[in-house]
Amino acid sequence: MTTQTLAGVDVELNEEGFLVKPEQWTEGMAVELARKEGIDPLTDRHWQVVRFMRDEYFAKGTGPTVRVLGKTSGVTVKELYELFPKGPAKIAARIAGIPKPKGCI
Amino acid sequence: MEKVLILGGGTGGTLCANRLRRMFSPEELSITVVDENDDHLYQPGLLFVPFGAGAVKDITRPRGEQLRSEIGFVREGVERVETKDNQVHLSDGRVLDYDVLVVATGTVLAPEETDGLSGPGWMEKVFTFYTPEGATALAAALDSFAGGRIVVNIVDLPIKCPVAPLEFSFLADAFFQERGLRDRVDITYVTPLDGPFTKPVCARVLNGMFAGRHINFVGEFNTASVDGEAGTLTSYDGREVPFDLAVVIPVHSGAPYVNVSPGLGDELGFIPTDIHTLQSLAAPNVFALGDAAAVPTSKAGSVAHFEGEVLVENIRHFLAGEPLSSSYDGHTNCFIETGFAKAMLIDFNYETEPVTGHYPSTVGLPLLKESRANHLGKLMFENMYWHSLLPGRDLPGVTSAMPTSGKHLADAIRKE
Ligand SMILES: Cc1cc2nc3c(=O)[nH]c(=O)nc-3n(C[C@H](O)[C@H](O)[C@H](O)COP(=O)(O)OP(=O)(O)OC[C@H]3O[C@@H](n4cnc5c(N)ncnc54)[C@H](O)[C@@H]3O)c2cc1C
Repeated sequence: MTTQTLAGVDVELNEEGFLVKPEQWTEGMAVELARKEGIDPLTDRHWQVVRFMRDEYFAKGTGPTVRVLGKTSGVTVKELYELFPKGPAKIAARIAGIPKPKGCI
Repeated sequence: MEKVLILGGGTGGTLCANRLRRMFSPEELSITVVDENDDHLYQPGLLFVPFGAGAVKDITRPRGEQLRSEIGFVREGVERVETKDNQVHLSDGRVLDYDVLVVATGTVLAPEETDGLSGPGWMEKVFTFYTPEGATALAAALDSFAGGRIVVNIVDLPIKCPVAPLEFSFLADAFFQERGLRDRVDITYVTPLDGPFTKPVCARVLNGMFAGRHINFVGEFNTASVDGEAGTLTSYDGREVPFDLAVVIPVHSGAPYVNVSPGLGDELGFIPTDIHTLQSLAAPNVFALGDAAAVPTSKAGSVAHFEGEVLVENIRHFLAGEPLSSSYDGHTNCFIETGFAKAMLIDFNYETEPVTGHYPSTVGLPLLKESRANHLGKLMFENMYWHSLLPGRDLPGVTSAMPTSGKHLADAIRKE
């Protein structure tokens, strides 16, 4: 776990760079977290996914997988990879300040 | 008299029906199983079919014969469930009422969700061993394979028996060694995960096994398309893996009727349920088990078995108006065939990852370690499946709750 300053607030990130307390997240943090992923600026399409991820997380306790995102977020899987080339579910979750979506076993 | 209706007469549905029948007399409870066909397939047996070690007809039996007498069997497809009316609509227009519904309709493969997968080359150069037709066609292809690149690709999770593609890779390595062709065959395992298994202790062991067998590993590969003609897998991030023969595990969904049954399933057609009581979130008199249930553990026959024990207890509680006090712990138990008549065994639950040690207690089968005893265990299991597991008898030494006494739990990284 490391402490970092994001958008002027000290927050804790886990070993994989996910925010430990999703409640602390602000839109300003999303912009800085995205920049670290090489995504700058965050477009409307990025925001649509990031907000969707947060809503799902708070409703269901875990972020959606890419396949579910493709079926429900209004953004196709292909476009999701264009927006977040290094892995939509993981990267969008990191930017959205929620834990890494639980993979299946 | 109260009515229990069980949708699906596969592993979970059958064992649940038989256990309930033993628990309640026919005067106390009516039990009916619905399935769209009469072929009960022992699915773990599909793993051996591609290597010429067994045929589909030898692992298939009539469904009705697996059910105790005084269990109704309706051979018809389910078209829709209306949980608010406690009714199930069948394909032939019949409507069945229930007091308690058990959803055990498993999963369907959806190759059409992946670009090109079911297109040119499907069942010629691109196969799956997850269906009887696929496993049989693959047997012919492997038998005439003289050399080249084989890829084993999981498109996305969840899939049934997530260790089966690993087993397939190990068995393919052994198969070509035995034929004296191994130096002409390149085997590559391509998965969306970052390792061969999600849990660290097991992943470490498997990594070593891949290296020792010269099986190439390509991780974090999210398959966007499969081109059977050109022989390439392409990922969403633009990587390509060439092949001469592809063994692909297509994405899995719940049974299609789930999506048109109001409130019953999630986006993928699986049934959200309480992970411990197995009561569905759709309605208190609806339960789900096996592959159909959206619970965070493997989709495996062992899971359907352990869940079944809990589920019938909770149905009894439900019918008696009592709290659902029986609780499933996520217990999963899988043999992993590793080739040359050996196998590994893993045993885990929601909280504890697979570790080394012995199962079921300090004496027993070695865990996370290759042994002949485990291979014999895997082979014996087929007989136990038909004669103990499906009839709903307790298996000696095997309990629904995960045993801990033989496990080296200090190795495990407990889930936070
Ligand atoms: C290749 C392979 C290897 C495997 N190896 C292992 C292993 O080694 N160990 C292990 O534990 N598990 C293994 N499994 C997984 C195991 O077979 C399944 O997890 C298990 O059978 C699940 O049981 P179930 O009752 O949930 O579903 P199933 O047994 O699949 O039964 C579902 C039933 O529902 C019926 N159905 C579906 N839709 C409808 C409808 N609309 N109307 C009417 N009926 C319908 C189907 O006909 C089917 O009979 C393997 C699976 C495969 C494919």
